[in-house]
Amino acid sequence: MPSFNFVLLTIIGSGLLTWLGRVSPFLILKRFNLSPRVIEFLGFVPIVIMSALWFENLFIQHLGHLPSINWPNLIASVPTLISAVVSKNLLIIVIVGVVSLAILRLGFGM
Amino acid sequence: MNDELTVSSAMKETLPTVFGYIGIAMAFGIVGRSAGLSPMLCLLMSMITYGGASQFVAISMLSAHSPLLSIIFSVFLVNSRMILMTTTLAPYFKRDSLLKNILIGGIVTDESFALGMNKLNYTNKTLNFSWFNTVNLMAYAAWNIATLAGALLGNVIGDPDKYGLDFAIVAMFIGLAYLQLISDRSIAFSLQLIVVGVVLILVFVGLIFIPSNMLILMVTLIACFFGVVMKHAFF
Repeated sequence: MPSFNFVLLTIIGSGLLTWLGRVSPFLILKRFNLSPRVIEFLGFVPIVIMSALWFENLFIQHLGHLPSINWPNLIASVPTLISAVVSKNLLIIVIVGVVSLAILRLGFGM
Repeated sequence: MNDELTVSSAMKETLPTVFGYIGIAMAFGIVGRSAGLSPMLCLLMSMITYGGASQFVAISMLSAHSPLLSIIFSVFLVNSRMILMTTTLAPYFKRDSLLKNILIGGIVTDESFALGMNKLNYTNKTLNFSWFNTVNLMAYAAWNIATLAGALLGNVIGDPDKYGLDFAIVAMFIGLAYLQLISDRSIAFSLQLIVVGVVLILVFVGLIFIPSNMLILMVTLIACFFGVVMKHAFF
């Protein structure tokens, strides 16, 4: 591991740049309005990002080759999705998900 | 979820996502410590960099003695999807003061963004500062406390993944994606389903040649563009 100062500099530099990325749209959009086309585009962002973050976890990347399937995550997604449809309650969904994967790991050694 | 935009409703609604933060942040504390970072530096990284996956990237690049600028730039790239999220979020806070805008934007996460987007479906498309700020602060507190706990107690607890805690965050995205799908009426249900299908294909194909750091951003840009084109062509 590099020196304390180097790590600290990394933390501050990356934190500052990330923070600017987060905050600048708020600063810019306070003065300017988005065009209707852009608003339409952004309307798709929530569902796309949420499903992309899910799907990304169903595969294991092998750059240059087809991804393989992350079986424990795929199998645990089934009861999780069912609990979503049935309960529509985020707390229940998260608990069902965690318990499902814990059973797969501890019970079936996956 | 209900239509109340209060501190107490925010606390209740953020609770399930806190499990997700705890699992990942503890894992981060444990990983950081075992890579040779002191608990204080682990905590500082969580407090200042504050960006889930990007912190793991930073740790692995630090261990590999990568140059400063390339670490900083990689962290920024991993977090660059935040720009899309805060661009989507910002119009709802246009009438709040500059300071409040900076406070909200400064610590937005994937999860607080997703919760906010879901909340919109119940509140007639409005958000306010006290609700969103509470969501953000709870996330921030959980993330940092769990990082410190992981860094300090890592050896005692062992691998938090063993208990399935790493799936909390995936389960949450499943839940939030589903709830978004059934409650967002601004886009036709069938179009949303088609777009989700396209996202699955893009993620699969993208994994072949796009480094995972950039995958979510690329997929999001393409899928949203596809959605707009489809909307105008067929809906």
